Amino acid sequence: MDTKPIHFDEMLAAEGSVRAPYHAYEAWFSKQNPSRLKAKSKDAEAFFRRTGITFNVYGKEAAQERLIPFDLIPRIISSREWTKLAKGIEQRVRAINMFLYDIYHRQEILRAGIIPTDLIAKNDAFLPQMIGLTPPGDVYTHIVGTDIVRTGEDDFYVLEDNARTPSGVSYMLENRETMLQMFPELFSQNRVKPVSDYPKNLRKSLAACAPPNCTGKPTVAILTPGIHNSAYFEHSFLADQMGVELVEGHDLRVVDGHIAMRTTKGHKQIDVLYRRVDDDYLDPLNFRPDSMLGVPGIMDVYRAGNITITNAPGTGIADDKAIYSYIPDIVEFYTGEKAILRNVETYRCAEPDALKYVLDNLAELVVKEVHGSGGYGMLVGPAASKKELADFEQKLRSNPANYIAQPTLSLSTVPIFVKKGLSPRHVDLRPFVLVSPNGIEITPGGLTRVALQEGSLVVNSSQGGGTKDTWVLEE
Amino acid sequence: MLGKTAGGLYWMFRFLERSENIARLIEAGFRIALTRSNDTASDWKSVVTTAGVRRGYDAIYDSYTSENVVDFLLRDTRNPSSAITVIDKARTNARMVRTALTTEVWEAVNENWMAMKKALKSPIPDTELPALLGEVRRHSALVRGALHGTMLRNDNYDFARIGTAIERADYTARIIDVKYYTLLPSANFVGSPLDNVQWETVLRSVSAHRSFRWLGDGEMTSSGIAEFLILDSRFPRSLYFASKTLRELLAYLAEDYGERHACHDLIDEQVANLRQHTIRSIFDEGLHEFISAFIRQNNALGAQIEQDYRFNK
Amino acid sequence: MKLSISHTTTYTYDAPVQYGLQKMRLTPVSDRHQTVLNWNLAIEGGTSELTCIDQYQNHCTLVQIDSGATRVSLTASGEVETHSSDGILGKIYGSAPLWHFKQTTDRTKAGSGIAELSRMISTSTGDLGELHALSNTILEAVPYRNGATTVTTTAEEALHLAGGVCQDHAQIFIAAVRHAEIPARYVSGYLMMDDRIDQDASHAWAEVHIDGLGWVAFDVSNGISPDERYVRLATGRDSIDAAPVTGLQLGQARETMDVSLQIQQ
Repeated sequence: MDTKPIHFDEMLAAEGSVRAPYHAYEAWFSKQNPSRLKAKSKDAEAFFRRTGITFNVYGKEAAQERLIPFDLIPRIISSREWTKLAKGIEQRVRAINMFLYDIYHRQEILRAGIIPTDLIAKNDAFLPQMIGLTPPGDVYTHIVGTDIVRTGEDDFYVLEDNARTPSGVSYMLENRETMLQMFPELFSQNRVKPVSDYPKNLRKSLAACAPPNCTGKPTVAILTPGIHNSAYFEHSFLADQMGVELVEGHDLRVVDGHIAMRTTKGHKQIDVLYRRVDDDYLDPLNFRPDSMLGVPGIMDVYRAGNITITNAPGTGIADDKAIYSYIPDIVEFYTGEKAILRNVETYRCAEPDALKYVLDNLAELVVKEVHGSGGYGMLVGPAASKKELADFEQKLRSNPANYIAQPTLSLSTVPIFVKKGLSPRHVDLRPFVLVSPNGIEITPGGLTRVALQEGSLVVNSSQGGGTKDTWVLEE
Repeated sequence: MLGKTAGGLYWMFRFLERSENIARLIEAGFRIALTRSNDTASDWKSVVTTAGVRRGYDAIYDSYTSENVVDFLLRDTRNPSSAITVIDKARTNARMVRTALTTEVWEAVNENWMAMKKALKSPIPDTELPALLGEVRRHSALVRGALHGTMLRNDNYDFARIGTAIERADYTARIIDVKYYTLLPSANFVGSPLDNVQWETVLRSVSAHRSFRWLGDGEMTSSGIAEFLILDSRFPRSLYFASKTLRELLAYLAEDYGERHACHDLIDEQVANLRQHTIRSIFDEGLHEFISAFIRQNNALGAQIEQDYRFNK
Repeated sequence: MKLSISHTTTYTYDAPVQYGLQKMRLTPVSDRHQTVLNWNLAIEGGTSELTCIDQYQNHCTLVQIDSGATRVSLTASGEVETHSSDGILGKIYGSAPLWHFKQTTDRTKAGSGIAELSRMISTSTGDLGELHALSNTILEAVPYRNGATTVTTTAEEALHLAGGVCQDHAQIFIAAVRHAEIPARYVSGYLMMDDRIDQDASHAWAEVHIDGLGWVAFDVSNGISPDERYVRLATGRDSIDAAPVTGLQLGQARETMDVSLQIQQ
């Protein structure tokens, strides 16, 4: 008997027919010569290498530069599907910002007993330095990358909210650029919503967050930890695309009560800093004194209302994996609406009953560290060896509060291009959301990450995942 | 623009120029080695000295063979001025200032790095050497071409070219300094075949052997060569030409920013000093003394530019 | 009681400072216990960049050390009218929730010694008698002794060293109280010693939240609840949060600090 689970494939329906959004694409694809596609695929790789679209891998010797494999079969989403998704994401992001405001002010949600106080009080992601601070427009998380997975025709789940510093948007843009160059004809046959406005919108959105006492046109800059950071390419790419300076901590200092960057003509004030440096490292005067990456005193400048930091420090409290399980309640508490997007069922191992269930069913579950990201320190039960399971059991028992567990979802698949033609692989989706006092904007599409190994559910680029261009079709 | 960006552009182009100069230096050295049957150690030694890496070399090797010198100058990552090291540094600086470069410039420097990393993976046999050295020079020229062809003529461009000019002046001066004794009009040496080889080497090291012949009457006199390398206003690697270029570039910056700095006084002085001299007065003053002073001035100028335009602080 | 205060902190560097910041929490705020009549900050060798209010409502001033300076002096001076309050500050709350003052910090983490002390407390609502007894026990176990500890010594370490200064007393007390699930915070400020005008140093004590009363102050070092001779400057979870001055400078220069403090009626 075949026990292989049946996955929802977004291109080919179970009975072998092609799903509607892929009709035009499939018609084109079936006429292509595989060897031409193969050559195109090679071209794309050479293009990525030459332009330096790489990321640095930690843990390898001297932080090697790697390419994220690009697959040339697009992932296609219909307008109807997207509308629902976008509404759900917007609702969630709105609620998360309201939650962050509340947590750093009156904490009504704790008083109302919706979330246990200990979950915040004992959480390292809660940042005392943010207490009582109100950023412009009450926006805390300006740039969000919500991770979505799909299991069926109408079944979308949010996997993670990524409210701190989501990365990957440069791949969304470069993937589209590559597809446009390789297969221009596809874009006349399919009406695909453009993504290329993202850098322009990002800059507008950031400028709209300037502190109230900023007069004139706000100066925006991106703060990077430097060229050895895994996402450095993206930092420089976004700075370039937006036409703003890419700065490091040592380019910045306090001048006249503001943060200013050292230019060839002297110091120039910065009004909005899109920082890609983690909270801990942001300000050696107020946080980790040993940090070389940050700007001493920036938190004081921030509290004085002389700069806007995006995303705000302390937003991590909203994308903590333990808080995640409460997001549907959070949405309802602040918006008065039922959450449009579903959460994946989550077992909080801090709770004894949940821990027992998790230990009893470890081989069927995915276990994640509460503060982990990027697929590091994660256990995928069904794919784990006996030894890995036993090791993880030890970890769980010694520090249960550090973990949550979720059922292994039957993630949807989209075909990738292989030697033999098409072959299904599991995917997820990270749409990118911009929040400013002027509103919430979601770029149609996002980054589709794909597990390149057959049957694998791990899509993280650091774990051998690839990416695809993501199309949202016009009505 | 950020001070760091100005510094990054400046160093990126200094390092690219250095990679090219290393290739020239090896080419010239290799040529001597071919034209002579006996002892070439002293020639290779002067190549290492000109490259300014004697100490590092002596710490690893105890003899000057073409194999060792070529490997050290091209491939050794322990050598801070080896071709592979400076090409890597040029790219690192390019990554740092990526937003200040056009796609063409970035791609050229990135391709240079990819190609050279591959080409310099294993030791270079003598038979492959000329082709490889040509590649090194060609790649550097491609980056320069992309710079000239695609970059806006603004401060980014100025700092990139200032880096090139400072490195050029320094390199030419160091070649003269190492070989100055062969250029002295000593009765014993003038006209001897050995001397001709030495002079030829000096000219080759700055890719000037053909232009020199074209410009002059073809006669290789010590003062003719020295004058060409120091004072010629047409040869792009002469001390005067490089200094004149620097003065021009710094003047653009002063105009652009509406502000003169200490570096402007230094370069004015440097150009005036070269103008005042004839090759005769230089020899009268002492070629070695003159060149040593020039190298010091040029270094001081570089440091002053770094300070005036806030590269580091 | 009207107190006249002049407090100068001088930093001397053995090499010119390239770039450095000093964050001052040296501005008292009027509350039930005190009314600030006038206050002034004077800075030599540095420039005030900005003022801000931190998460504990402390008034902070960020000072940049003049480039090339080898000496910075920060003088806070003025007059404060204090009121008799029996150490009871009352139910005054900022944005920081009470549970936040139950969170331990690196300097107030309870080890076995603190945990043992904490057993003296039987109720999590806070009992004045128990808290005073705890305060006395701490002073007996850790008598006032200069030089036994440094500014970075933790509560648990100070307890084991069996000697310390006001900072250590306050932190040990806070750590033990928090271990019993009662909110507690650290206060830095001034105490006028009766017998002298020139005071050795600024002072530190603790405040505990007691149900019904609100915040109540305890000065472990002197075995009393603060009275009219005390002026509150800054509060926080520990001595880092409420430090009168925190600094950072880039470069090689080593720093020495000298404090001069005069308080008189």
